[in-house]
Order: sequence, then structure tokens, then C-alpha cells
Amino acid sequence: MTQLPRRGALKALATAALAAALPFSAAQAAEPIKVGVLHSLSGTMAISETVLKDVALMAIEEINAKGGVLGRKLEPVVVDPASNWPLFAEKARQLISKDKVAVTFGCWTSVSRKSVLPVFEELNNLLFYPVQYEGEELSKNVFYTGAAPNQQAIPAVEYLMSKDGGSAKRWVLLGTDYVYPRTTNKILRSFLKSKGVAEADIMEEYTPFGHSDYQTIIAKIKKFASEGKKTAVVSTINGDSNVPFYKELGNQGLKATDVPVVAFSVGEEELRGVDTKPLVGHLAAWNYFMSLKNPANAEFTKKWAAYAKAKGIAGHKDKPLTNDPMEATYIGIYMWKQAVEKAKSTDTDKVIAAMAGQTFKAPSGFTAKMDERNHHLHKPVFIGEIKADGQFNIVWKTPGPVRANPWSPFIPGNDKKKDVPDGKTVI
Amino acid sequence: MILKIRHSQAAIKQLRLLFAAIGLMFCSFAAQALTQAQALAISVGENDDRVAALTQALATPDPALSRLIDALLDDTAKVVSGKVLIVTSDKTTDAATGQETTAPDNAEDIVNNNRLRRELESAKAALGLFSDNVETRTAAITELRASADEKKLPLIDRALAQESDVALQARLQQLRAAMLIASSDRNKRLEAATALASSSQPTVKSLLQGRLAAGVETDPEVRAALTTALRNIESRLAWGERLGVVFSGLSLGSILFLVALGLAICYGLMGVINMAHGELMMIGAYATYVVQNAFRQHFPAAFDYYILAAIPVAFAVSALVGAALERTVIRWLYGRPLETLLATWGISLMLIQLMRTIFGAQNVPVENPSWLSGGWEVLSNLTLPYNRIAIVFFAFMVLILVYVLINKTRLGLFVRGVTQNRTMASCMGVNTARIDMYAFALGSGIAGLAGCALSQIGNVGPDLGQGYIVDSFMVVVLGGVGQLAGTVYAGLGLGVLNKLLEGWTGAVLAKIIVLVFIVVFIQRRPQGIFALKGRSAES
Repeated sequence: MTQLPRRGALKALATAALAAALPFSAAQAAEPIKVGVLHSLSGTMAISETVLKDVALMAIEEINAKGGVLGRKLEPVVVDPASNWPLFAEKARQLISKDKVAVTFGCWTSVSRKSVLPVFEELNNLLFYPVQYEGEELSKNVFYTGAAPNQQAIPAVEYLMSKDGGSAKRWVLLGTDYVYPRTTNKILRSFLKSKGVAEADIMEEYTPFGHSDYQTIIAKIKKFASEGKKTAVVSTINGDSNVPFYKELGNQGLKATDVPVVAFSVGEEELRGVDTKPLVGHLAAWNYFMSLKNPANAEFTKKWAAYAKAKGIAGHKDKPLTNDPMEATYIGIYMWKQAVEKAKSTDTDKVIAAMAGQTFKAPSGFTAKMDERNHHLHKPVFIGEIKADGQFNIVWKTPGPVRANPWSPFIPGNDKKKDVPDGKTVI
Repeated sequence: MILKIRHSQAAIKQLRLLFAAIGLMFCSFAAQALTQAQALAISVGENDDRVAALTQALATPDPALSRLIDALLDDTAKVVSGKVLIVTSDKTTDAATGQETTAPDNAEDIVNNNRLRRELESAKAALGLFSDNVETRTAAITELRASADEKKLPLIDRALAQESDVALQARLQQLRAAMLIASSDRNKRLEAATALASSSQPTVKSLLQGRLAAGVETDPEVRAALTTALRNIESRLAWGERLGVVFSGLSLGSILFLVALGLAICYGLMGVINMAHGELMMIGAYATYVVQNAFRQHFPAAFDYYILAAIPVAFAVSALVGAALERTVIRWLYGRPLETLLATWGISLMLIQLMRTIFGAQNVPVENPSWLSGGWEVLSNLTLPYNRIAIVFFAFMVLILVYVLINKTRLGLFVRGVTQNRTMASCMGVNTARIDMYAFALGSGIAGLAGCALSQIGNVGPDLGQGYIVDSFMVVVLGGVGQLAGTVYAGLGLGVLNKLLEGWTGAVLAKIIVLVFIVVFIQRRPQGIFALKGRSAES
């Protein structure tokens, strides 16, 4: 199955190469710009990533309807790396070398980003990464439109420590076993220690990808929570494991007023299909929520609802939902468009230079700005509590956009690292 | 002696104060009702001010306050131009006056965070203490356990004086003790510590541990009493934890043997290595999904019972697919294990892709019926989810049915006969080809049942079977090929072992240790826990 479209693409490529070889300058001007979309459409991450593919296609369609970029239409090339990390690298290489895309929008898990990073650096191409992550990385070839730890994880934990958040004193750091949760928890552990939390008051737990039996973990959390101090859970569980996790949480009656769970990879989309009534009050921290009330968001959600209906996107055609990584994808595509127009070229190095300082009126209600130096966005931080209808009540927010700090000061040695990509990434 | 008198004098003084406070509360009952200003102060503003307003209003309880609290908790309260409205689907009322009005379009929702919800719930509980309904009172006491502080003491004393139910009196006494544990009076603390020793609540354990932390409780005698009480509670709670591990092991074990049972028939009895077994489960799960959607569309009133209809459907669909497989592919490969393995593996990939084409690559949502959501609180720290209890029962039911089918029916007799000696059975006039198909369809159907059960606890997607195929082969091999009893023991054993290890080492390491254990076990004892005896074993 996966072979078929590739063969089709090859054929298309051959025709394109033939066409390019002919000296038809008029045809060349109107030739579309190819844009790669690299998201898992099957496997454990499909629950989160499929919709990012759709929102990318929506943005591309929008841009094409308004005349495209530099007078050329955008042509999306969609591939499915199937939640398989080495396959991400293969597909990225295929997009760049065979399909000759100018830019790629893709990846969710950090392990997939780490897998494609060498490919983008070697072939000097562009990746827009739309998901919050652990930081500790700064590549010249990547623009990070999701949150760095200081734009999500740290504010969320600070909120739970505050009086309104329940003055938590004991912490369960629970995650899926890969680089993002491990690194985030390393940062959080060191942050908590700096706030005077003792080693014995932190519990760290990991589960494999696709884990579906959370009985033991919930029992452990219950036990840990009954040992003298107010406890909070920080969840970095990723992918479809979240559904059984939240189901078990609800069934075992662990209420948010007793032990609040704050999640960094759970949004409106992941909670679809979960009965959220027992989960009221559990939290999520993001830079965007669907329930935000502002004109930009009203327009964004309306456009998405119309697009989902027109394309018959499963689930969304009846109940359209938007979430933070969708917003980040949308911002990324428009910022790339603006940068290409500024650079008057799709050349990687020229676009990178033009990206610095780009702004976009984001659905979060604030103007997102690409930092002049560090390839990350300035974004506001929101903390939401789950409502009975699966949406979020916003209970806390920053006064304005926050500058990203990819090198967290809570990891030793980071103070010496430069806040600008130097062309050599250390992974 | 003097000291004692002084103490009792202090106690009398406190009591007097207390009575005064209670008296005040009673007097003010009728004096005033919830004002609009109060309702507004509770509903909007800074969280600190809202909590203060709520505490103040609680001193003069009236039905309007209780209505407002309920509305705030249900998210039906809205604010417009200085008034708080309660908006339900059929009518809108003013929160303070109770008069019916209309809700303007610009009415704003009220946002309550966890802290406010906690305060509101404990306020609701405080009001519920004086309800005529025993259940409401019980719920109120349970709720107040989480927020025991000395400020609520007069309330508890008043409730205690009114309470007629003996069991609830005891609970109130416990609650009172929990509140007195931080009292400034040493004797009260001592008394409270002694009273709390009979508790079995995790919240009380947490409270005592908090008191025992360095520098909180300084009196050595009270400390000793606290330590004793804590030890008592811990030993009681330990039972809940142990039972929890056993139950989760049992739950995982029953899932394992349910998924392995069908395989035990195909592989164990017939010698077919069916790599598509997991996909037959996946088909069962998708059948459940389809039945669920059909119920939602055509019989929404009976939605809660869709799962009962889904069980036979899942069995039938998987059995049919299994029978078709046997007829078209596997029949021609008997006695060639390597080819069977490759062919069935290919079929499994085709089935996955087929499902992706029909239903899409994403997981599909299968909802629990309402009677399978939630859990049964056995002990204060042990809640057994209904869906898991149901699966344990379901697995054992399936086991009994299969046992009866294999051991007590004519078909079972034929299956056993063909398993033991195919040629001889054939000579005796058994149509071995047909028996093969029946047995394979039965194994596939049981896989469908397993899929139906799995849809209630995990995700339903095209890859569902992939995650279980290795586990089910492990169970069958460990149990001993050709032995249903072995499958049951191996499934339950692996389940409990896995959960025990998970408690110590975490999920990732537990899985590795279990695999290593199986490798070592199979090396030591290749025939599994139970070995076939007799002549057929050698062949």
C-alpha cells in the first residue's frame, strides 16, 4: 500500500523532470512549489498527528485560493511514516531528494524529530516542527513553532505550586518512555529541587509507547498521594495511551480536587472519545485552547469546521475540534509563506534569514513572533481545566507572549550554550 | 491537680465559646437570606475574595445558597449586569431571589478552578450534613474528610448532636477527631490521635504523616499516640494495596488467557501457527464498534446494552472470517508449519490493510456503556473498575463454555479425537476436514470475543492485534501446547507476575523481566507447564 503512492510520485517526478528539462520558461514560472507533510497517519501517534496533516492541507488550500506564494501554487506531498521512527528519516529523505520539496511541516514526537534532523541538515532543507518539546536542541534547519519548556512545563508546575493550583508539595512525573518525557522530567526535577522539594517527594514513572493497562500506575499514584502532602501528577504520556490512562483515572475515581493531573500532550483531540465527566478539573498547559474567545480564534475555528465538513474528515465533520499543535502548524505555514515572499525565493538559506522577526496574528489572540535569533516563537502560556464537554476552562494565563528558552537553565552546562544555531547540532 | 483544673476551665471556656457560636448560627438562620451582592461576590472576582464570600454566606445557610452552589458546580450559573442567573435548559432563575427571568445573550459563564470547586464541594457537604436524606449525609461526611480543618468544628458538633444513625455518628466522631488533631489543646490532640487509630482512610494517614513531620507535633506523648495510630492505619491500608495488586494481576491474566484461548485451540489442538490470530481479535473489536454505531443510530434508548448484542456479533464475524481462512488457505498447508506461518502472517497484513481502507488508519472510539463506567469502592484505598470486573467474569464464562464444548459435546469429542490421532479418527468415520474447519472457526470466534472485551479497556485500531499476538503465543507455549488448562494457569500466572513486577520495577522493566523469565523457563522445560502424556506426545 505504502509502495503505491511512492511509485505514483516517482512517475510524477519523472514527468516533472522532463518538463523542467524543456526550455519552457513560462511554464516554469507557474510551476507549483512542493511542500512536504510528514505526519504519522497510522500507528500509536495517528491519534494526534492525523489532524495536523489535515490542518496543513487546509492552510495550503487557503494560500492557493489567494494566489499562492510568489505567484506559484503550493503542492502538498503527503507521506505516512506510520509512527515508525527510522521510517521518518527515510520518508524525509524521499521528500527532499525525490520530491524536491522546498519545506516540510511535520513530526510530533521528539524521537521522530531527532530521527529526521540529520537528513534535513545534510540536505540543507527546512523543517517546521509544530509541537511543544523538551528543548536542548537548536538546529539551523528547524523552526520550532511549539513551546519550549519555559513556555509550558515550568509555568504549569509553578501554577500547581500556587494557592490556586492547590499548593502541591509532592510530585508524580509520569511519561511515555522516550526522549521528550525523560528530558522534560529531568528539567522539572531540577526545577522542583530548586524550589525546595525533597527527593523523596518526587516519583518518576515511565510506560512504553502504546501502553494500555494503567491499573498499577494509578494504584501507585493513589498510594503516593496518601503520604502526608498534597500531590500533583505531571503527565507527559503521548499518543493513544492517553485514552486508557484517562479512562482508568475516571473509573478508579481519582478526582482533580484531590490529585490534579496536568498533561503536556493532551488536548481537545486526544480527549475525543473519552468520557470527560469524571475528569473535570484535570489540567493541560498549552499556548492555545479551542475555547479561547477572540476574533482570530473565532475565524480559525470557523474555517476549520467548514473545511472538515467539506472534506468529510472523520470525526471533525460532525464535531470539529482545534488544538495547540494545529494552531502551531497553521502559524508555521503562514510564517514560511511570509518569509518566502520577503526573500523572494524558496532557497533554504534565504528563507532562514527572512524568518527572523516574522510576526503572525495567531488564533491564540496574541501576535506570535519568530525570535530574531533562536528559531522559536514568542507565545503566550495558558493553563486550562477539563470541562464536562471535553473543552478547557482557562484558569491562568501569562500577560503576553513569552520568549522561548530552548536551553533550560535547569540543566547543568546549558548556561554556556549559545542561543543561536551555530550550524552544528549536538544531539 | 491545679493544672488539670486549669485545663478543664479552659475547656469550659472553649465550650462556652462554641455554644455561643452555634447559638449565633441558629439565630442568624432566619435573620437574612442570600442577597444579590453576596451571590455576586461568590461568583465573580478574585479567588481569595470569592472563597471569603462563600465562607461568610455559609454562616447563614438558606435554600438559595444551596441552589447557587449546585449551579456553580454544574456550570449552569451565569453572570449578567451585576446579577447571578441560574440557566437550565427549561428555565432561568435569579440566584438570589429565585424569581424566573430570561437570560440575555451577553450572560457570561462563570469559571471555577479546582480550588473553588473544592471549596464549593465542601460548602455543599457542610449544608448536606443537615439533610433529611441519609445518603446525602453520608456523601457529605465523605466529602468533608478531604477538607478537615478546625474552622468547621462547630458545624460537625451541631451535626453530631442531631445525627440519629449510629454508623454516621461514628463517622462524624472520626471527622471531629481529624479536625481536632491540630488543636492547640494537648489533651484534645491526644484524644484525637487515639480515636483516629481505628480509621482506615488514606486521607487520615496523610493527615497523621503531616502531623508527624519534623517540627509539627512536639509533644512526645502525642507523637507516640500518632505513631501507633499511623501504624494501625497503615496495616489496614496494606490489605487494600495487596488486594489491588492481586486484582490487577487477575484482570491482566484473564485478558491474557482470553486472547490465548482461541490460539490454544488453533495452535495447541490443531498445530496451526496462526499469525493472523491477533487480527481476528481486531475484527471482533471492530464488530463491536459497528454494533455500537448501529445502536447509537437506530436504538439510542438501548445504547447501554449494545455490548450484549456485540458479543455474539463479534463471535460470529470472527468465526466466519476464520472459517473462510481455513477453507481457502490453511487447509492446503496442514503439516507444513513454515508455510502456514508465512501465509497467515501475510493474511494478517492484508487484514490490517483492509481495516485501514474501510475504517481509516486512526483508532475508532468505542464507548463504555454507563454501567461499565466507574468503579466499586471495596476499601477506602481500593476501587475496582466495573469494566475490568466484567472482563474477569466474561473470561471465566468463556472458559467454562469452551471446557464444556470440548469435553462434553460430540463436536468436542471429535476435535479431541482428531487432535490425538488424525488417521485413526478418520478411519472411524470422522470427517476430519469438517472438524478442522469447525475447530478453527471456534478458535477464531473466541479471538473475536477477546477483541470485544479489549474494546472496553483499550484502543480499537487496525494494529490492535499486533500488541497481543506475542503475548498470546507466550501464554500458549508456557502453558504447554495442546492444553487448555495450561493456558489458563499460564495466563493468570503471567498476569499476576507482570503486575507484581510492575509494582517494583515499573512497566518497561517488568515486561523485559517477564520475557527473560519465559526464555529461561522454556529452555529448562520445553514442553511447558503441562506436558501431553501418552503416545501422541512423541509424534
